[in-house]
Parts: sequence; C-alpha cells; structure tokens
Amino acid sequence: MSKTFTPSPETPAVITANDLRMGHCVWMLDGSWTADPGKAQLFEDGPRAELALLEAEAQGHIVVGAYLAEAKRGPNGPEATHFREEFRRRGPSNYFHGKQAETVTA
Amino acid sequence: MFDARPNTSSNLDYYRHRAAQFRSQVARRLDGSLTEEEFRPLRLMNGVYLQLHAYMLRVAIPYGTINPDQMRTLALLAQKWDKGYGHFTTRQNIQFNWPKLVDIPDMLDALAEAGLHAIQTSGNTIRNVTTDAFAGAAADEVMDPRPYAELLRLWSTDHGEFQFLPRKFKIAISAGAKERAVIAAHDIGLRIVRNDAGETGFQVWIGGGLGRTPLLGQVVREFLPEADLLPYVEAILMTYNLAGRRDNKYKARIKITVAERGLDVMREEIEAEFINRRAVFTGVDQKLLADLKAQYAAPNFRHEPTGDYEAERAKSGAFRSWTDTNLSAHKVEGYASVTLTLKAPGVTPGDASDEQMRLVASLAERYGHSDIRIAHDQNIVLPHVHKSDLPAIYRELVEAGLATANAGLISDIIACPGMDYCALATARSIPIAQDIADHFRARGLEDEIGQFNIRISGCINACGHHHLGHIGILGLDRAGVENYQITLGGDGYEIPAIGQRAGAGFPGEEVVPAIDRVVTAYLALRDGPQERFIDAYRRLGAAPFKAALYPETANA
Ligand code: HEM
Ligand code: SF4
Repeated sequence: MSKTFTPSPETPAVITANDLRMGHCVWMLDGSWTADPGKAQLFEDGPRAELALLEAEAQGHIVVGAYLAEAKRGPNGPEATHFREEFRRRGPSNYFHGKQAETVTA
Repeated sequence: MFDARPNTSSNLDYYRHRAAQFRSQVARRLDGSLTEEEFRPLRLMNGVYLQLHAYMLRVAIPYGTINPDQMRTLALLAQKWDKGYGHFTTRQNIQFNWPKLVDIPDMLDALAEAGLHAIQTSGNTIRNVTTDAFAGAAADEVMDPRPYAELLRLWSTDHGEFQFLPRKFKIAISAGAKERAVIAAHDIGLRIVRNDAGETGFQVWIGGGLGRTPLLGQVVREFLPEADLLPYVEAILMTYNLAGRRDNKYKARIKITVAERGLDVMREEIEAEFINRRAVFTGVDQKLLADLKAQYAAPNFRHEPTGDYEAERAKSGAFRSWTDTNLSAHKVEGYASVTLTLKAPGVTPGDASDEQMRLVASLAERYGHSDIRIAHDQNIVLPHVHKSDLPAIYRELVEAGLATANAGLISDIIACPGMDYCALATARSIPIAQDIADHFRARGLEDEIGQFNIRISGCINACGHHHLGHIGILGLDRAGVENYQITLGGDGYEIPAIGQRAGAGFPGEEVVPAIDRVVTAYLALRDGPQERFIDAYRRLGAAPFKAALYPETANA
C-alpha cells in the first residue's frame, strides 16, 4: 500500500483510511469521509491525488493512516482491484457481521 | 533490578492507574493534542493495534492461567464492547477484534477490576510468559512451572531496563517429560529438569523464533540451578540488549544475534554477566518464589470411584470418542485434564463466544477447582476434572458447541487472523483452515488419520506457527491473488523441526485437494495407525509427499 503509487487514467485510485474514533474503513470524497466505498472519489490525475492525500493526512484528528489504493470504475462507483481492498470494503469472510450485515439491512 | 511492585497488594491499583493514564492519552488524541505518531507507541504499550477493519485489543493471560471471574470479565468485554466473541491466540492471550478507541479505556478499567491488563502485550518488551496448558496437572510433569512463570512475569512487568529491547522478547517454560510449550521457538526456552543429585533446575534454550527467518533455539546452559533463574535470564537479556541489532528490524530478534555471533560467544558473555547479576540478587526473589509455590499448591483433590464415567463410556460412543481424544493423563488418580477445542465445524479456530466463556467459567467453578487454561493450540483446558464429573460436563459442552472430539486431530488447526482481520496479512488463513477441517470430516477420515498438526499463517510473520506444522501453510500475495505455500515436516514439540518448503504455492481453491493428496499418500505409506504423519515423514523423507503434492512433476 505504497504512498508513492501515482494514479493515472489507466490506474485510478481512491484515498482510504481508518476512522480514528471507531476504527472502521473510510474513503475520501471532496475532502470529507464516507463509510461507503461506492461513493468514494476516483482519482485519475496523479498531482490532484497527491494533493488530496496531503489533505487527508492533515485530517489526523478524524482518520488514521490515509493512503492511495488502486481502484477501477464500476457501475456503482469505484471498485477494488486488489483483494485486500475488497476485504476492507466487505468485512471479514468468516462471520456475517460488520459491513456485510450492514450493507444487507441498508 | 528486581522489583515486585506489580504483585503487591497494590497490583489492582497499578492496573487501574495504567488504565487511567491511557484514558487521558485517548482523550488527548481525540481532542487533537496528541498526533497519531505520538499516540501510536502509547496505545501499543496498552495492547491496542489498528487492524484492517477496527482496533484490536490484546489482553494478557499470564501463562494461559485464568480463573472463572476473569473469564467472565473477558465474556463481558466480548459482549459489551465487541461482537460477542474473542480470539484466543497461540501465545495464550485473547484478542478482541472490534473495539472502538473511545471504549477501550472502559475495557481496561473492567479488566483492571478483574486483575487483568494489556500491558506488554505489544512493543519491544518481554511479552506474556507462556507455558504448558497442563501445568500443575500433567502426569509426566517434573514440577509445576507456574510459580516460575509468575516469578518471571512479576520480574519482567515494568522492568525498567528491558522496556526498549531491540525487538519483542518471548519466554516459554515447560516441565513435562514431554515438551508441550514449544520452547524451541522462543527467544528463551526454559525446561524444568532434575539433575543427578535430584535438584530441580532449568535447561536453558536461546535464539528460537519463527517469522521471516525461522530458527530453532539452542541450549545455552544444560543445568541452571533454580535459585539462579532471574539473574541468569537477566544476564541473557542484558547481553541481547547490548549486542542485538537495532539497525534493521528484521535482524533484531535474539535469534539473529545468536546466529550471527555464535552460541559460544553469547554463552561466554552471558556467563560473565551472570556473575555480576547473581551478586545483586540478595534473596528477595527466592522469598517471593517460596510464596508463589504456596499459592500454586495443588487444589484439594477428591478421592472417589469413577464407575459412572466407565459406565457412560460403555454406553455412549460419542462420549467415548470424545474422552479418547480430548482427555489427558492427570497426576492424580481419578482425575483428567479436559481439552475443549475451539475448532468445531464452521467455527473460526480459536474463537469463543461470550456465552461459551461464561459456560467454561461455570464448569470450572462447579467441576474444575476454578482453574482454566488457554492452550498454545488455541484451545481451552480444564486442568483438574474428576472423571466422575465428565458425563455431566460433556452434556453441557455438547449443548454449547464445545465438545468437538478432535483435540490434536487434523481439524484441530492453528490459524492466525490472516487477511480477514490483520493489517499485515498477505492472504487469508481462517477460511483455508475451515475448508481443510470440513473436508476431512466429510471424508470421515479424522480418527483414522490420527494425530496431525496443520498450522496456517497469513503472512511471513508466522503468528500461526506454520513452520512448526506437520503440514504448514503460508498465505502469500502473488500479483494480487491469494496463494499458499506448503511446508512439510515441521514440529514444535518433542523433536523440534522447521518445516521445509515443498515447492511452488497453490491458489486458494487448490489447497484442500493438495493437502488431501499428501494425507492420502501418508495413509498408504504408513507402517500402521500408530505411525503419525510426522513419523512417516521422518522415516521416508520428503520425496513421496512432494510427489503427491506435485503429481505432474513426479510423472514427468
Ligand atoms: C492481528 C494482529 C497481529 C499482528 C499485527 C501481529 C504481528 C506480528 C509480527 C509483526 C510478528 C513477527 C515478529 C518478529 O519476527 O519480529 C509476529 C509474530 C508472532 N505472532 Fe503475531 N500478530 C498478530 C496477531 C497474532 C495472533 C492472533 C497470534 C496467534 C494466533 C499471534 C502469534 C504470534 C506468534 C506466536 C509469533 C511468533 C513467531 C515467532 O516465533 O517469531 N500473533 N506477530
Ligand atoms: S501471521 Fe501475518 S497475517 Fe497472521 S496474524 Fe501474524 S501478522 Fe497477521
């Protein structure tokens, strides 16, 4: 999950982190944070993404460990390209709780 | 210097004080006066990690020994501040996977009231001392290792000199004629032995550890008199503290120090330092040890007939098969130690629900002299149970899903949290463990296969001890896809051995068929049911098992 990763139109990315108080995964959109990865902002422009990452890092009172994660455009917003990010989106695979359960009831 | 403060009558005050300290640190983190960089080491000092989906709190269970009230406190934490379960680890601790940072101070307060804490469960300090889950009960035991484990715990808790070691430091101690504490894989391993004169002392091992460079410990001292325990361990730690590498985190464990400098050089320095340290210990440790031995005196064992137990065995096949696999020989006639495996079908290895924890607490009170152990293999042990109580216990365990008759069998798998929870993981381990267990259950082969250790880690840190599995599985990331490397021939117990990598890794869906081929080959090749896989592997070598794993290459 290297921070030196540079997004481009071929390899877009989202900015993701953990919520400081609760610990859950969050994604950045327009400088604020959402628990719904489908709503995340997709960056295709390297410099803009770097700038947004700096902005994310400056929000250490809200989130922890912001980084750029590769993603792709999907019908319902950005989708993960790596299985690690898929787990962060969905929650653990051993129990039907956490995000899976929340997504179903939502 | 030796300081027993945390054990004095004020030890609860000490835990409360530490919890209050952390509460104020959390408040300052949340109001912005502490940055994450400043806060991180403080939270780690209290066992708080930030994982994939949430914070994780690791609570110390000293040498896996816990009483019913403490178990109920763990149940309370699981129920009130987590999602209704806790994960018991190979280091005899428990981890909670879902606490919120804002709740952790309350959790630490609750722990403190029960005499529990999360101190030194992380960081480059001396971690929780581990031991045999059957300590104080095993028929083959030289003596109860727990007073020594407690002495080491008291000495190492908040030891001013050893809070900033080059890397984490793990001590294990065992006292069985059979080794059950995996001492060869620890920074220091202590084996209680008796010398020719009948005195008890320790065979001292150093330099074991798994992770990215797996190494077995070596014997640095054949016989250490009992009274020299603390000064000698202190001499080892001081030598390591000075010589251990701090330039590279991956080379900082004592195993690398020993490997790079040689055992003889280390021994010389340790022995020289030991003379100085010995002089400083004027006896307070020995007085304390005597008190601890009294505290760990054997419970009031009953002497009663075991006819009901024999009758139930004759009557019920399920009960008999459970007692065949899950009981261990006790030093007292009429007693047994009972293993409750946390490996029921479909269950995450090592997880227990809050209700299960409460049931265990209650069973221990009613039938188990109020003693509970967390075992290295992620199971729970009731060390002292009179056999006549077993039919009653069994009925309650069945209802709670805790009577799985598989202790030590192929479905009794150690698995770390892997990519389902762990921020460092490169692949998942839990579903692989579950698939393997389900597969051999479905084939109805478990009992026929017999004793078999499968261990799985989700990355090279080896928390699941995969190197020590008869079959070890290591989850890796190959170009964004989970891939599993298999090792063969590892053993953590009697004849410690690091498993050897068999060849190229397998995609997730091919792991079960691959393991099935190895096991099928074993069943065909073994001398008889008494020859375990590991024995057959030692007799025949790796070749036939590798050929089973990679049939295409073998035929080519
Ligand atoms: C999820 C949080 C965890 C993290 C971040 C973590 C991290 C690590 C790391 C970085 C190491 C390697 C240390 C080194 O070689 O210097 C390690 C080793 C180890 N961990 Fe964990 N671990 C976690 C959970 C667990 C669990 C759940 C278990 C037990 C099931 C466990 C048991 C161990 C053991 C036994 C080792 C020692 C391997 C050795 O001998 O070197 N850990 N852990
Ligand atoms: S082995 Fe790796 S994946 Fe498993 S718990 Fe340890 S650090 Fe996490």
